[in-house]
This record gives sequence, C-alpha cells and structure tokens, in this order.
Amino acid sequence: MTLYCDRCGEPGTHPDCTQARQLEPPRYCARCRRRLVVQVSPTGWTARCVEHGELTSR
Amino acid sequence: MTDILDIARAQVLDQGIGLSEPQALEVLQLPDDRVDELLDLAHEVRLKWCGDAVEVEGIVSLKTGGCPEDCHFCSQSGVFDSPVRSAWLDVPSLVRAARETAATGATEFCIVAAVRGPDERLMNQVRDGVAAINAEVEINIACSLGMLTQDQVDELAAIGVHRYNHNLETARSHFDSVVTTHSYEERWDTCEMVRKAGMELCCGGIIGMGETIEQRAEFATQLAALQPDEVPLNFLNPRPGTPFGEQEPTSAVDALRAVGAFRLVMPRTILRFAGGREITLGDLAERGVRGGVNAVIVGNYLTTLGRPASEDLAMLADLKMPIKALARDL
Repeated sequence: MTLYCDRCGEPGTHPDCTQARQLEPPRYCARCRRRLVVQVSPTGWTARCVEHGELTSR
Repeated sequence: MTDILDIARAQVLDQGIGLSEPQALEVLQLPDDRVDELLDLAHEVRLKWCGDAVEVEGIVSLKTGGCPEDCHFCSQSGVFDSPVRSAWLDVPSLVRAARETAATGATEFCIVAAVRGPDERLMNQVRDGVAAINAEVEINIACSLGMLTQDQVDELAAIGVHRYNHNLETARSHFDSVVTTHSYEERWDTCEMVRKAGMELCCGGIIGMGETIEQRAEFATQLAALQPDEVPLNFLNPRPGTPFGEQEPTSAVDALRAVGAFRLVMPRTILRFAGGREITLGDLAERGVRGGVNAVIVGNYLTTLGRPASEDLAMLADLKMPIKALARDL
C-alpha cells in the first residue's frame, strides 16, 4: 500500500521523485511516512522503518 | 606561441609541468567547440604521465548522517533538514561491502564516516574493520574520517590504511560560502599530516557549488600545490534539504572542461570520477575517461546510487583500458 512518496514523504507519487529515485534509495516509508534508516552499500541498499520493517534493493 | 592548448602541449605533455592558475583559467574559458581538442590533449597527457590503467574503487559509509558540520552540499549534515537519518555499519557488513567491491576488480575500498573528526568509538570501529577486511579481502583500504589529530594520523598509517581522503572541496576564496563550521586551513593541515605520515593523500572536491570559473582555476592549482596522489572530482548532486539543494547541476560541457583543465594542472595525479557524474554527464562519462580521467568509483556512493559496476567495467573494456592491478606496497 503506497500512501506517501518514498523520496520526499509527501502524499502520492511524483514524476520528478520517481525519476530521481533511479539514483537514490528511499528515504521515507511509503506506508507511514516515517524517515527510514538507510544503509547504502557498493552494490545495493537497505532501508528500515521502525514500524514496517526492512526494504532492500535485492 | 599564444594558444593555450599549444602552450599546454609543450609544457604539460612534453615536460610534465602542470598549468598555472592563469593558464588553467584560459583553458576553462575555451569555447565549447574546442572542448574536444582539450579532452584529446588531456587524454594524451594522462597516457604519457600516468599510463593507460584505470584505478577502480568502491566506497561505503561506516557512519551515516548526524554530522555536526554544515558543509552546504551534504545531506549528512545534522544541521540541515535532510531526510538522511543516522546509521552505523557493523564490522561484518563492512567486510561484506569490501568483498562486493573487490569482486568488481576494484583495488581500493574507502571507508567513509560523516564526522568532523573521529572519536574513540569510531577509531575502534575503523581499527576492527580494517583488521577484519585485511584478514578476508585482497584490497587496499582507504579511509575518509574527517579532520585528524597527529596521533590519529599515525595510528591509521600504522594499521595499514593505504590512502586517506580529505577534500579541500573548493577554492580557498569560496570555502566560506560552502562551510562555516571549520576552516580551509584545518582541512589543509590534515592533508599535510597525512602526506608526511606516508599515507597516500586523496584530496579533491566538488564542481558546481556556485564557484566562478576563476575560482575553479584557483581550486585546481591549490590542489596541485598539495601534490595529492589522487584527486576525486565530484559534480554537485543537489540534495534535498541542503542549502545547495536548489542549485542547477553543472552542464556536461562545463564538467568536461573542468576534467580537461584539472588534468592539465595535475598531469601525474590519479584523477577520479566521483559523485554526481551520472546526473551531470550521463553517457558522456566515457568522454571524460578519454579526456584525462584515470580512475572511477564504481557502484553506489555514500547516500546515493551510481551506475551498476558492470556498466563501468564494460565501458572500460570497450575503451580497451586495463584496470589497475592490486599492489600492496605500503
């Protein structure tokens, strides 16, 4: 369920953010808008929401 | 002889003497229709004074976000309203990142922390991380941990850190517009200590932070005065929430002109494509590698993503540029 943009945290999806996300990991939980704890590695990323768990690029 | 590229050919290519600040400015003022000529000369200079090999590096953030400094380009500053949250990488994850990097053929792995300078907790983590990587992965280890004390410099050298990164970031005359929580001189002092301790010095900065062309020339020659082993050349990737978040990215032609100029100022240095090249150059990155650049960061950056390493490695293969082999001589 996507309520919020995972790049800017605002409601909905945004073409500019979608484009930018090709070169960025998510920063906000799309379900609750909390800021994610993100770790970027040379070949991927993980992003953790305290409420909704971990997302990963893999 | 009055044309700057003729002068550069005689001075830089033939004699290995880098351009002065006024000469670098002339290069940066070349019209767009002469940029190819500049890049061709910069490529010749790189081949003559550095060879054909390309150094490949991966980087990872050991400590992300929450930095007390106010570098206006940085999403990891705790001073700005950036969405980047603090995170620490544990040692097993650090080793995994080093292994991922080595698997690309990279010979350098840089451990980076968003700090003013390392405290004891960070030094402990670095000490443990370097030992664990050295035990399990064949790769040179570099660090970027902010400003150091002499004791910290000595310790990093002693535990086998091969190279230390500390960027001047921009020209001295522009520095106060970029950072206010520490001085250009403090950065310079750390760079000097690193070099004197026998570690390789990696020192570069970011193009496109509102500096003038004159300041770009000033920056190139100030870097040259430090005689760094490596110069990472970043292009501003405007980050949301930072003071530079609304800056326009550098145009591709200006970025390539900077690449050529920096090579002609520093004919022997490792000139590395670092952050921001994807948004600034796109597919023109290849022109930069045929225009003076002889090193790349592959894969992702600290908080943003790069091209897949496989794409850069394929580019180098297409260009018939060998990847520099590992030499652990420190």
